[in-house]
Amino acid sequence: MISFVLNGQPVSVQAGGLSRLIDVLRHELGLTGTKEGCGEGECGACSVLVDGQVVNSCLLPVCQVDGSTVQTIEGIGGDDLDLLQRAFMEHGGTQCGMCTPGMIVAAKALIDAGGAPSLDDVREGLAGNLCRCTGYAKILDAVLAAAAARREEAT
Amino acid sequence: MIHASTTAITRPRSLDEALAALEKSPGAVLLAGGTDLMVAWNAGERHLPERVVDLWSVPELATIGVAGDALHVGALATHSRIVGSPEVRAHAPALAEASRTVGAAQIQNRGTIGGNIANASPAGDTLPVLLAMDATIVVASRARGERPVPADAFWTAYRRTALAPEELIVRVEIARDRPQVLFRKVGTRRAQAIAKVSMALSLRRSAGGAVEDARIAWGSVAPTPVRARRAEDALRGKPLDAASIGAACAALPQDISPIDDIRSTREYRLHVAMAILRRALSGWVG
Repeated sequence: MISFVLNGQPVSVQAGGLSRLIDVLRHELGLTGTKEGCGEGECGACSVLVDGQVVNSCLLPVCQVDGSTVQTIEGIGGDDLDLLQRAFMEHGGTQCGMCTPGMIVAAKALIDAGGAPSLDDVREGLAGNLCRCTGYAKILDAVLAAAAARREEAT
Repeated sequence: MIHASTTAITRPRSLDEALAALEKSPGAVLLAGGTDLMVAWNAGERHLPERVVDLWSVPELATIGVAGDALHVGALATHSRIVGSPEVRAHAPALAEASRTVGAAQIQNRGTIGGNIANASPAGDTLPVLLAMDATIVVASRARGERPVPADAFWTAYRRTALAPEELIVRVEIARDRPQVLFRKVGTRRAQAIAKVSMALSLRRSAGGAVEDARIAWGSVAPTPVRARRAEDALRGKPLDAASIGAACAALPQDISPIDDIRSTREYRLHVAMAILRRALSGWVG
């Protein structure tokens, strides 16, 4: 039995220890917000936060999250959208939507680290997330705007 | 999807437990951050093993610190922690630079230096740096204790290492008084690229400017990470001038054996390797 905290709730699953976290999330736990793109750690569509760090859930054997805290796109925002989600809407950071959960999760890790990320910082923070629609400019705008909004909230 | 219910996984919580688990089942596959193994298992390139020893929760393997004259980087130190480590930045900045080019944040948060070493890909980003720094890879087994292996002797053939079936990598040791290393990686794009060619170069020069020692190490141009010993010999004892730089570049093709593959060609790799060596030596200061 593998137990972890998922989006604030304790969960236990019966799964082979080398099962990929993404399969457990989508098929055992019914959380399909996390997407599979390449399945080999290149595209970042499957990004989730484990103990606050962004990781590819397609490369994570589920045995390694035993005792950890996992946050997926379903755990970001609630009835009210998170400021990153609002910024993606306002700045047109989403087109087909396949990369969006991973983008928002990776951007959350970046913004949660604090400080005032520069455009280059955001580019580096999102370097592991591919988007085939937007050309990235609007995603970068959205993340920079969300980072600025976060700083404003903090003051 | 990986259907892995038949694999027996041991999750040791200390180095002693890990060594004991390995003694009990030598040849078990050692799992660290999984960024290489999970890809291979999922793609069916590797069969799922009968036994896995998952090292992720062994705290002794994850430490980074200075001990005496050496920087010690635990095998389980992730690339993110190496990039963020004040000790690595102070004593081995080129290692932090190389770790920063491994994949992107998602990979750097799980991928470890021990995994990079054990996976033994000729394209492993940190490996030329470890060669140029004359690093020692400390391995251990329960029966024999620790055994230091010089990086020069670690990668024995394509994807083969000096690690015995009952051994694991404990840490990397890098002397603090080493000359600094210059790291260059050529890939298709800046982020998330596997190297077409990479180089790590260190020189020690006398007060008069003559090259006393040179270590020039390469990735992705041979079956293993390799040093260019003929090119090094061409520099040793000479001032760093057009003649010695020309001789080193001319010797380089005998040191490396690049191939055509999905990432690049033999011809391009040779051309780029000579160009980055020439540029690095011509611009060398210190």
